Amino acid sequence: MPNTQNNHRSILVVDDEMVVRDSLTKWFRQDGYRVEAAENAAQALRLMEKGPWDIILLDIKMPGVSGLELQKQLKNIDKNATIIMITAFASVESAVQALKEGAFDYVTKPVDPDHLTHLVQNALKQKQLADENLRLRQQISELSQSDLVVGESESIRKVMELARTVAQTDTTVMIRGESGTGKELVARAIHANSGRRYFPIIAVNCGAVPETLLESELFGHERGAFTGAQYRRKGKFELADGGSIFLDEIGTISPRMQVQFLRVLETKQFTRVGGNDPIASDFRVVCATNRDLEAAVKEGTFREDLYYRLNVFTIFIPPLRERRTDIPQLVQHFVQKYASIMNRPVKEVSPEAMDLLVRYAWPGNVRELENVIERAMVLAQKPTICPADLPFQMSSAQHRLSDDTLEAVERMHIEHILQHEGWNITHAAQILDIDRVTLYNKIAKFGLKRP
Amino acid sequence: MPSILLVPVPPVDDRLIGELVAPLQSMFRTDVRVHNHDRIDPRTAFDVTRNQYNSTVLISSVLERFGGNAHKVLGITSVDLFVPVLTFVFGEAQFDGTAAMVSTYRLDETLYGFPPNRPLLRERLLKEAVHELGHTYGLIHCRDLDCVMRASTSVEEIDVKGVELCKRCRVQVQEKLCEKGWISSSR
Repeated sequence: MPNTQNNHRSILVVDDEMVVRDSLTKWFRQDGYRVEAAENAAQALRLMEKGPWDIILLDIKMPGVSGLELQKQLKNIDKNATIIMITAFASVESAVQALKEGAFDYVTKPVDPDHLTHLVQNALKQKQLADENLRLRQQISELSQSDLVVGESESIRKVMELARTVAQTDTTVMIRGESGTGKELVARAIHANSGRRYFPIIAVNCGAVPETLLESELFGHERGAFTGAQYRRKGKFELADGGSIFLDEIGTISPRMQVQFLRVLETKQFTRVGGNDPIASDFRVVCATNRDLEAAVKEGTFREDLYYRLNVFTIFIPPLRERRTDIPQLVQHFVQKYASIMNRPVKEVSPEAMDLLVRYAWPGNVRELENVIERAMVLAQKPTICPADLPFQMSSAQHRLSDDTLEAVERMHIEHILQHEGWNITHAAQILDIDRVTLYNKIAKFGLKRP
Repeated sequence: MPSILLVPVPPVDDRLIGELVAPLQSMFRTDVRVHNHDRIDPRTAFDVTRNQYNSTVLISSVLERFGGNAHKVLGITSVDLFVPVLTFVFGEAQFDGTAAMVSTYRLDETLYGFPPNRPLLRERLLKEAVHELGHTYGLIHCRDLDCVMRASTSVEEIDVKGVELCKRCRVQVQEKLCEKGWISSSR
């Protein structure tokens, strides 16, 4: 029979005077609150077990443990407790002290009923907002983590363990791995697990931005810095203030940019293009590359000092073919993802199709797998993805399974090597110990297609 | 037959109390009487430092003297009432109990510098009487803007709300009466 909004709200009254306890208890019960009263600190601490209390009304002056001391103890038990101090006129100074130590407000006895009602309502409203804020933050954290790395193989677990460990620090992280292994996802995982998670993570693909624009992209520019710069614009380093910056394909940047990079990483300061004022930004750097940076350093195309500055903590992400046990889980993850995005009733993958997916070499790694699943979801007629829904070069492998002829074995081997080498004809030909023309002929003969 | 006893606690205008009988009778569908002899002396509840009367003490006196005479006892006075932790109260009730107190002191327009307004005073007193009696029937404050059980800490708020119980509060009172066996459950 609750006819009030307060029936689930609770108030704890702590006061050594019985009349105060009784009148407050009665007053708030009539308002529909759940109310309990304690006459001293020991009783109050015991009643904390019945909590959490939405509001604690606490008398400042009590024999034995004072209200101020008790406030600290109560806060230790429930740091979110909203405490309103009750004082006599004489002890306003200690009320101020209580406020400094985190009390919500104070009232002086006797208190105007209107004031008390509003104070309690405001305190509850603020608590409700704070609780809601906390809940939303948690939801955001969960959501931002939901599309993160999937897999339970030993190797990927180690990657995630490293990511979580390094996330707590501000150390620069370099993520190495083949194209499509999920370097950006790991970078986001590091950010999401760090103290910077409520600030942005800014991703820059250094390889995708033309060299001439990269500078203004990263550092921003002032109005009129160059033709077409009509407005002042903030750069990525500035936008990442408080958060993290993810620099993908760091191996592609020019020697000139490398110098500038190094300076920014070391000083955390820079100027906008066309500007003079130094701008400070507090960011954490996570970078990624699939290039052989060590070789680039030897060749002199990548600065050694920048290499050491970036290569503080390295995480290697294994290619998908080295963690095949994760494929079923990844497949299921992408099926669910695209079923919800495309609103299609496709729910699972047939055992035959799954078998193909697990055996495939995946030169394009998880990205390729995701694309294959997305494509299959479009094609699938039934709630189950079958081999026919998979791309040609994969489903053709099915025929080979029952075909032990020399030609079939040769075809399978060539296809395997090509996939392993990412269809680099020169490398594949070297491994097969045939010349490139012969390889081209065999590719044509077997009808092999680049994925 | 359930009954409500109205107890004048002097100083108080007896005519005002008389005017409460009919509306309370129809609202609570019960016998309402006024106790007109051996009056309570409010001085026992007087607090010299606050120059006000302790309503909790008055409720105790009313209960002690008249608790056995009716199902509900409402003391009515014109002195300024307080409970220790609050600066004042319009009235006070034993929650889900027998006795309650109301005062006309802060309901009177003259306190706020306006000319006397008897009809308004009568209406405010009726609202507060129903409100405090409502608490004795176990009603808590109601969110309904028109319901007399809505909390009010100023006369303006008393004037805004209605004089009647909302449907839900009325049903609760009925249920309480059935529960106590004072009326049959057929309503």
